[in-house]
Amino acid sequence: MKIVVLVKQVPDTYGERILDPATGLVDRSGSDAVIDEIDERALEVALSYKDAHKDAEVVVLSMGSAAVTVGLRKGLAMGADSAVHVLDSALRGADVGWTSTVLAAALTATGFDLVIAGNESTDGGGGVVPAMVAERLGVPPITYLESVQISDDEVAGERGTGQGKLRVHAALPAVISITERLPEARFPKFKGIMSAKKKPFTVLSLEDLGIDPAVTFAGVGRSVVLQTTKRPARASGKKIVDEGNAGVELADFLVAGHLI
Amino acid sequence: MSNILALIEVSHHGDLADSTPSLLAAAAKLGTPVAVVVTVPGAGSALVEKLGQLGAAQVYLAQSEQVGTFLVTPQVDALALAMSTFNPGAILTVNSVEGRDVAARLAARIDAGLVIDAVDLRSEGPSIVATHSVFGGAYTVESTVQGGRAIVTVRQGAIEGQADAAVPVVTTVSLESDTGRSAVIDEVIDNVVVSARPPLRGASTVVSGGRGLGSQEKFALVERLADALGAAVGASRAAVDAGFVSQASQVGQTGVTVSPQLYVALGISGAIQHRAGMQTAKTIVAINKDADAPIFDIADFGIVGDVFTVVPQLIEAIESRSKK
Repeated sequence: MKIVVLVKQVPDTYGERILDPATGLVDRSGSDAVIDEIDERALEVALSYKDAHKDAEVVVLSMGSAAVTVGLRKGLAMGADSAVHVLDSALRGADVGWTSTVLAAALTATGFDLVIAGNESTDGGGGVVPAMVAERLGVPPITYLESVQISDDEVAGERGTGQGKLRVHAALPAVISITERLPEARFPKFKGIMSAKKKPFTVLSLEDLGIDPAVTFAGVGRSVVLQTTKRPARASGKKIVDEGNAGVELADFLVAGHLI
Repeated sequence: MSNILALIEVSHHGDLADSTPSLLAAAAKLGTPVAVVVTVPGAGSALVEKLGQLGAAQVYLAQSEQVGTFLVTPQVDALALAMSTFNPGAILTVNSVEGRDVAARLAARIDAGLVIDAVDLRSEGPSIVATHSVFGGAYTVESTVQGGRAIVTVRQGAIEGQADAAVPVVTTVSLESDTGRSAVIDEVIDNVVVSARPPLRGASTVVSGGRGLGSQEKFALVERLADALGAAVGASRAAVDAGFVSQASQVGQTGVTVSPQLYVALGISGAIQHRAGMQTAKTIVAINKDADAPIFDIADFGIVGDVFTVVPQLIEAIESRSKK
C-alpha cells in the first residue's frame, strides 16, 4: 500500500494573515509559515495505518515555494518515508485548476494506492483541490470524511453533509480528504527528526513533470484576483465593569439598537 | 442574456435545499436562470412549480437510477450534459460539501475556471465578477475567470433577494453514469434535529459560549439566553474541545462563519481564530471576567463581569420586557 499525503504550507493562524493588495495573493512572508494542521491530521491517518501495516509506504507531497521544505521535513520526522516537493517559479499565483493539474502529474510520477488530503486549507479554504485531483487522475474522490477505514482494496468512512451523514466506500486507487474530526497528529520524536535527514527528498520542476505552462494551460479557464480591499479594523465600543446592574444596562443597549 | 446553470440540491427525501432561493437569485443577477435538478426517475417533476416561483425560467430534470447510490458523479454528468444544451455563460453550485465536489470535478473535466465561495456576483460585459470575503471578513476580494468558462460556488444564503417568478420550460433527460470513477453510498443517516432553535448558519442572532462557562452543565446558561433571544447557539473551539457542546456549534476559523445582526460572546476570550468566524456580525456584545480579553477590542458593548450573574439578570430583563 502506497499512501501519498498532500501537504500545504499556510500562514500560521495564530498570527495576522495578510493579503498583498497589489496581487491579491497571500503574503507568505508576512506571517509564519506552517504545515496546515488539517494536513498533519491527514498524515496521521496514513501513519496510523502504517503503524499496523509495516509494509505500507507513506509519501508527503507538496507544491509551493522553497519554504515548503521545512514542512515536508517535519512530515518525514513524524514518520513519512519520503518527500516530494514540486518547486517552480512559474507556479506563483497558481489557481486551483493549475494546482490540481500539477499535483495530479506529480501523483502519476510517484504512483499511489491512496491519496489523503485535508478537506480545506485554513488560508484558501476552497476545499476543491482533492476532488479536482481525483477527476484528473480518473479515480474516485471521497471528500470531507469524518472517519476512515482503509483495507487492502478499499477505503470507507462517514462524511458529513448539510443534510445528514453518508456512509460511503470506494475502490482503490482513490483520493480522500478528511476533516477535523480525525485525530490530532503525533509529535515528531527525536529519533524521527534524526532519521528524517537520511530519507529521500525529491524536488521536481514542471519540466520534470512534463508540463509546459504555455501548452498545458492553453485554453484553460483560470480564476484571477481583480482587486483586494482590507476591511477597516473594527473599533471597540462601550465597555463597562459590572457593578451589579450590567445585565439591565445590556438589555437597555439591545432595546435601543432594536436588537430585541 | 446568457443562460446560467444553477445546480439545485435536493435532499434524499426529495425536498429542495434551503439554499435554493439564494442560488436562483444569484443566477438571475447574471442571466437567465436554468435550474438543473438531478433525481431518481419521476421525483423531479414535483419540484418544477416551486422552482418557477423561485425564478427558474427553465428546469432541466436529469433522471438517473444512480442518484443516491453513487456519490456526486450523476450530478457532474448532468451538468456536463446540460452545458451542451444551454451553452451557459456560467455554472453555479452551492458552496456546500456536495456543491463544491460537483463544481471541482466539472471544472477539472472541462478545464473551466473555478471561483469559490462567492458572496456576491455581477456581470461586467462578457465576464463575471465575484466578490469574496476572505480571512474571516478581514479582506474583500474581487475575482473573475479568464480564458475559459466560469464555474462559481456561491456561499449559502449570502445573496439576498429573489428572482422574478416564472413558468418554467421543462426539459427531461435520462442519464447513466460510468461508475468506475465514483464512490458508492452505502447508507444515509439523517441529521437528528432535537432543537427548535434556528440553525447557526444564517441565524440573525447568535449566542456563543467559551471556556469561561466552565462545564457542560453550566453551558446551559448559553442555551437559556439563546432561547430568550430566539437565537442560535454557538461556541468557541475551547468550549468544543472541552466537551461542553458538540463540534457542529463551533464558530471560527475551523468551524462555522456567521454574520448575524447580533452576536453575544459569553466567556469567550476572542482568539483570532474565533474572531475570524464572527467579526462581520453587525453588533457584537461580549461578557468576560478578564478585562484584557481581546474580544473587547471588537465588541460594541463589553461587560467586564461574571457571566453567571450578568446573564441571568439580562434574561430576567428581557423576559420582563416581553411581558409588558
